[in-house]
Amino acid sequence: MTATTIKFYQTGTHTVGNRLLDPEHRSVQADMRRTNSLNSGHRACQGCGEALGARYAIDAAMQATDNQLIAANATGCLEVFSTPYPETSWQIPWIHSLFGNTAAVATGIAAAMRVKGRSDVRVVAQGGDGGTTDIGFGCLSGMFERNDDVLYICYDNEAYMNTGVQRSSATPGAARTATTPAVGDAPGNVFGQGKNLPLIAMAHEIPYVATAIVSELRDLEAKVKRAMEIRGARYIHVFVPCPLGWGTNAWDTIQIARLAKETGVFPVFEAERDRIVSVSKIRKQLPVEAYLRPQRRFAHLFSPKPNTEAIAHIQALADRNIRRFGLVDPAVEAAIAAPVATGNP
Amino acid sequence: MLKQCEGSHAVAATVALCRPEVICAYPISPQTHIVEGLSEMVRDGTLPGCEFINVESEFAALSVAIGSSAAGARSYTATASQGLLYMAEAVWNASGLGLPIVMTLANRAIGAPINIWNDHTDSMSMRDAGWIQLFAENNQEAADLHIQAFRLAEEVSLPIMVCMDGFILTHAYEGVDIPTQEQVDAYLPPYEPRQVLDPRDPVSIGAMVGPEAFTEVRYLAHAKQMQALELIPQLAAEFQQKFGRDSGGLIRQYRMEDADTVVIALGSVLGTIKDTIDDLRDEGHKIGVLGITSFRPFPLTEIRDAVSHVRRVVVVEKCFAVGIGGIVSRDVRSAMRNRPQPLYCVVAGLGGRAITKDSLHQLFMTAIDDKLEPLTFLDLDWNAVNRELERERLTRRSGPIAENLLRDLGVVAARVG
Repeated sequence: MTATTIKFYQTGTHTVGNRLLDPEHRSVQADMRRTNSLNSGHRACQGCGEALGARYAIDAAMQATDNQLIAANATGCLEVFSTPYPETSWQIPWIHSLFGNTAAVATGIAAAMRVKGRSDVRVVAQGGDGGTTDIGFGCLSGMFERNDDVLYICYDNEAYMNTGVQRSSATPGAARTATTPAVGDAPGNVFGQGKNLPLIAMAHEIPYVATAIVSELRDLEAKVKRAMEIRGARYIHVFVPCPLGWGTNAWDTIQIARLAKETGVFPVFEAERDRIVSVSKIRKQLPVEAYLRPQRRFAHLFSPKPNTEAIAHIQALADRNIRRFGLVDPAVEAAIAAPVATGNP
Repeated sequence: MLKQCEGSHAVAATVALCRPEVICAYPISPQTHIVEGLSEMVRDGTLPGCEFINVESEFAALSVAIGSSAAGARSYTATASQGLLYMAEAVWNASGLGLPIVMTLANRAIGAPINIWNDHTDSMSMRDAGWIQLFAENNQEAADLHIQAFRLAEEVSLPIMVCMDGFILTHAYEGVDIPTQEQVDAYLPPYEPRQVLDPRDPVSIGAMVGPEAFTEVRYLAHAKQMQALELIPQLAAEFQQKFGRDSGGLIRQYRMEDADTVVIALGSVLGTIKDTIDDLRDEGHKIGVLGITSFRPFPLTEIRDAVSHVRRVVVVEKCFAVGIGGIVSRDVRSAMRNRPQPLYCVVAGLGGRAITKDSLHQLFMTAIDDKLEPLTFLDLDWNAVNRELERERLTRRSGPIAENLLRDLGVVAARVG
């Protein structure tokens, strides 16, 4: 196969809607036959990262399965904003049962498809970070352990947004939520031990684990497509900024997501079993401040006076991600680390 | 074919004949033998076309069944006691979604104090959850009720709990007539769902419903149970016709003709009560018994008619609502609305306490003399209770109640009577 250089004619953006590409290189969203699995008219907030991530992920899953797809959905924003009775935005068979049982419901659907001889029908389970890392964790771990044929997608906006922005186990240290207010000596969320679901998923040695981010939607599509080529338990963790909960501008969702990646705050990678097989490198490394400053949930770190200790803590976590996942190209890293050349007059 | 077997195995064999397509299991005594039996049948090919899934909790067990049932597969699970409570949220969800899951409940007490023995506290805790609840008197009926349950559940699109007394039935060896596959197939058609997750005809299930329609959705759940009230006797009649056996129905009456005193109960204790009543009849007392097979839907009219001529009603129940008294007796009281007869509530057999013929004989004689208290705890050890109350009166840090009682009694789980 010969390599083709792709030119983005819509330059200056990382757009996925570029229809000037060869059809085979076009994104699912650029395809006129895209299914609009999560159709317009839903009640998500402006700039909702979750709605964006879900539409791209499910459209890609539909394309990968020739539309033979069933979804189970945890209670949460995605469930509430997509199905206000008697309306629904879903163009696929979709069930919402409870907050904490989505992985198990999906297991049941997959079992039914197997027993009915409909192995062409594939199952996706989806939930927010609360429904995944907290209340749904038991069922999710069970689904992983049994290696049930389910793709579980977590849309992580780092708190319980549907109930009014309360802390979850995915909320980062120092972030202000309704239950970790920015008051006292250590404002915002405590710096705990963290609960890295993608790594926990990898510890189950399931066939496929990936993280993705809504600023790299082609990458998300590719990962969903890859996941649908595999049988067994698969997990994709999508980082989805929430303008309401994070105190960011609706039009900055993509920018915030990009900054999370470029600072090393959110590592974007792909793993098979317990082994990382690819990493989306940081293009231009930035200090975490660039990511934190635009978000009102971190405003107390900068005003009235800078909380250098907390910012340094977050930077240390990002640096650890960069080292751990190899987010910066070694050559680039060496260039950054090298002393400024002065020998050339 | 008549077979001498354990109650659990009779149920497992019968459930297998109902051709379940997805079975999910999590171990909890005393239901474990049922799912063990089924897992073996799936493994050795006796039960083909069935997925057996070992899950990580009861919450997951019922959740898997919710998924498989919504995807059009006949789904079954079994649980007891703490397991039922752990799946409570899914219990309400399954009925709210109208999914015809059949679940065996091996009735067991609820802790603390932890207790593995039989009473009805577990199923009663879910009596308002929208499930149909059928209670088996013996192992034959436990087996038969499952066949009727799948048929009924799928006709009205509601989940059903088949309640059988833990250990007393699940672990008892009795002769049970296990029907043939042809008989069951003739009675139970393949599952034809009212709603199904299918990419060929996409639907959304489980949408958020606000005040504009919530009452109506809930009322329809009630209306379906009222339909079940009509269907249960019909299905029992058809069952009798096809299997040659009288099983199920709403209520069962024994020696009720000309009775002045009627005893009402659920489950296996009906056997002991019948024996006691035979003795009392021999002694010349006009006493009969009414067994409730269908606790939900509750057969108000049938009970009201059945007790219209009696002088008194004694409800013997293996559960109670702390802070007020009987649970079954309150429902029976609604059936006797505006009726003058006294109703006595007797709480008996909690946590496996044996309900003996001697105790029942004495109890019914006191009732016949109208000397029974409105709320009685059968064979309650007043000394033990009063000792603890006195201890609490005298000492602030009186210690854990259960352990105090056990120390006072000087026994360790040795006596059931």
